[in-house]
Amino acid sequence: MSGIPHDHYEPKSKAEKWLHVRLPIVGLIYDTIMIPTPKNLNWMWIWGIVLAFTLVLQIITGVVLAMHYNVGDAFRSVEQIMRDVRFGWLIRYVHMNGASLFFIAVYLHIFRGLYYGSYKSPREVTWIIGMLIYLAMMATGFLGYVLPWGQMSFWGATVITGLFGAIPGIGESIQAWLLGGPAVDTQALNRFFSLHYLLPFVIVALVALHIWAFHTTGNSNPTGVEVRRGSKAEAEKDTLPFWPYFVIKDLYALVVVLVVFAAVVGFMPNFLGEPDNYILANPLVTPAEIVPEWYYLPFYAILRAFTDDVWAVQFAGFISGGIIDAKFFGVIAMFGSIFVMALAPWLDTSKTRSGRYRPAFRFFFWLLAFDFMFLMWLGSRPAAEPYSSLALAGSAYWFGYFLIILPLLGLFESPKAPPETIEADFDSHYPPKPAE
Amino acid sequence: MFKKIILSACMVLGLGAAANAAEREEEIEDVAFSFEGVFGKFDQDQLQRGLQVFTEVCAACHGLNLVAYRNLGDAGGPMMTKEQVKAYAAMFETFDPEIDDFRPAIPSDYFGESQYEGAPDLSLMAKSRKGFEGPNGLLINPLFRGLGGPEYIVALLEGYTGEEKEQAGTILYENTAFLGGWISMPQPMFDEMVEFDPAADNDLKSLSEDTAAFLMWTAEPKLMQRKQAGLVAVLFLGFLAVLLYLTNKKIWAHAKRKD
Repeated sequence: MSGIPHDHYEPKSKAEKWLHVRLPIVGLIYDTIMIPTPKNLNWMWIWGIVLAFTLVLQIITGVVLAMHYNVGDAFRSVEQIMRDVRFGWLIRYVHMNGASLFFIAVYLHIFRGLYYGSYKSPREVTWIIGMLIYLAMMATGFLGYVLPWGQMSFWGATVITGLFGAIPGIGESIQAWLLGGPAVDTQALNRFFSLHYLLPFVIVALVALHIWAFHTTGNSNPTGVEVRRGSKAEAEKDTLPFWPYFVIKDLYALVVVLVVFAAVVGFMPNFLGEPDNYILANPLVTPAEIVPEWYYLPFYAILRAFTDDVWAVQFAGFISGGIIDAKFFGVIAMFGSIFVMALAPWLDTSKTRSGRYRPAFRFFFWLLAFDFMFLMWLGSRPAAEPYSSLALAGSAYWFGYFLIILPLLGLFESPKAPPETIEADFDSHYPPKPAE
Repeated sequence: MFKKIILSACMVLGLGAAANAAEREEEIEDVAFSFEGVFGKFDQDQLQRGLQVFTEVCAACHGLNLVAYRNLGDAGGPMMTKEQVKAYAAMFETFDPEIDDFRPAIPSDYFGESQYEGAPDLSLMAKSRKGFEGPNGLLINPLFRGLGGPEYIVALLEGYTGEEKEQAGTILYENTAFLGGWISMPQPMFDEMVEFDPAADNDLKSLSEDTAAFLMWTAEPKLMQRKQAGLVAVLFLGFLAVLLYLTNKKIWAHAKRKD
């Protein structure tokens, strides 16, 4: 499967040979587990395992929750899970905070890819599949947040499905089709529950493709230098097998992350949530502030940043003959902000892959990371001055980074020289003993 | 629809709410409740006092439709005995659709809906309000003080200034903790309104804190189990992390030329 030369599985016993001719599944597992992995991977390469673990955790807790959840009396059934189901409170709090863990890990995973240029050729397909996983996660998270049927569930669903209503002409029909009626009610909740159960399995399939893709190209690594593939002996100087080196390393990191996770679930399970969601959904009472979950806030800030008085909105409205108004522009901007990120492999013109050797790039990268956190905070603030102007500036930088800075930087910067080989990088950290 | 919500909710109320939230947060004092912190536990005497305050004062209008009488005997709650729970339930009547009539309540019945139409159910009140989120929504205060739901309840019960005004036929009472500053609930609690047996402090502050603690229990009846499980999980996972750290070190030792 991998392009890096390495030993393949050889069936030994009669039974193994019998199976291997009919279904080479043991070989597949062996090649996956024993894949040669660049030996200089640092601690930012652990988030993939954390994500895989979290996906399984969410599916298992979610399946159990679904056994007790009742769409017809959603709010009360969730509270009954919290009160009357044995360990229901634990399962539900793990599932609720598991969503946050999932997004913390995915954001660190994505920003690691952006910093080390993991998205660049030949890993574009891995990157695109990753973006699809991220979109599916956003959809799943949103659908799941509606299920407890609290005030923020209801009003969040109303606002987000309203985004589709912003599409000119056909929008309101699409919105009604999604909801199964003119407004968010039990019919909508029913299909949200169904889709919330479906999408995680779509994510599982996408994750399999994601892993298949990067096992074909090999992992990226902090130097951005490719593993030498001339011969098996050469490749072995740059790599170590995934088992046991990286399995144990990843497990260690995973358990450290889980210590923090257990502390959050045990001691402050509602810290990242909105108190309003402990109030039964009421279509007649609008909450003082409609705030999405924290992981959507940067994109929520971008959505709200483009108001009628922004020249870009007015220009778009003018050339489209009024079809694109401020709310539709905001929706385009929000999805566009993820779309430009997906285009990073083609927008980044630099020949040097890793940000480690690009001093100018590093400045703009860290500004982007700050911009992301800043937009997250702005998304939680009311849509008023000075937050609106700041959100506009933050949104402008997000697009500017991908559409202007990444293409130009590769042409004008003067990067430092990366090491010749991964082995050289590793040896500079862990010098060979004189005897070797 | 979308725009209307964004505009009306965020621009009009949101602006006011943000300014108001900052001011209100200053009004809300941190209370050192026994159930806060990693080792926090409910004070069973306080929960029983809170139940008495709820029964004599709050229950006149407010319901607890998620709490059953039997829960009063659960571990990690007021821990009343079976007989006490039975006797408590028997003080109330509940409507039984099977006999189409009222009958004395039994432990498996629920406290029931609010008696007064405008009064919200209090089951989850301590989790559905926040006292702390600042400064500027950065969540630093709640990291150290908790989310402040029970503190909000104390601040609300103590926050009446005595001012009244009539608005659209309703009398509103000024309250420094309430969003918007004017609340339709008249001051429900005063010094020495409830007599405890055995005797305990019954000034307004103590009564408010007992009520808030009781409502924290109704909102989060498994709080003590949760904190205990959290502590055990952190310790066990921490130990596992140490083992994996050592394993990892050993496995990599040769590759890193450290053996």
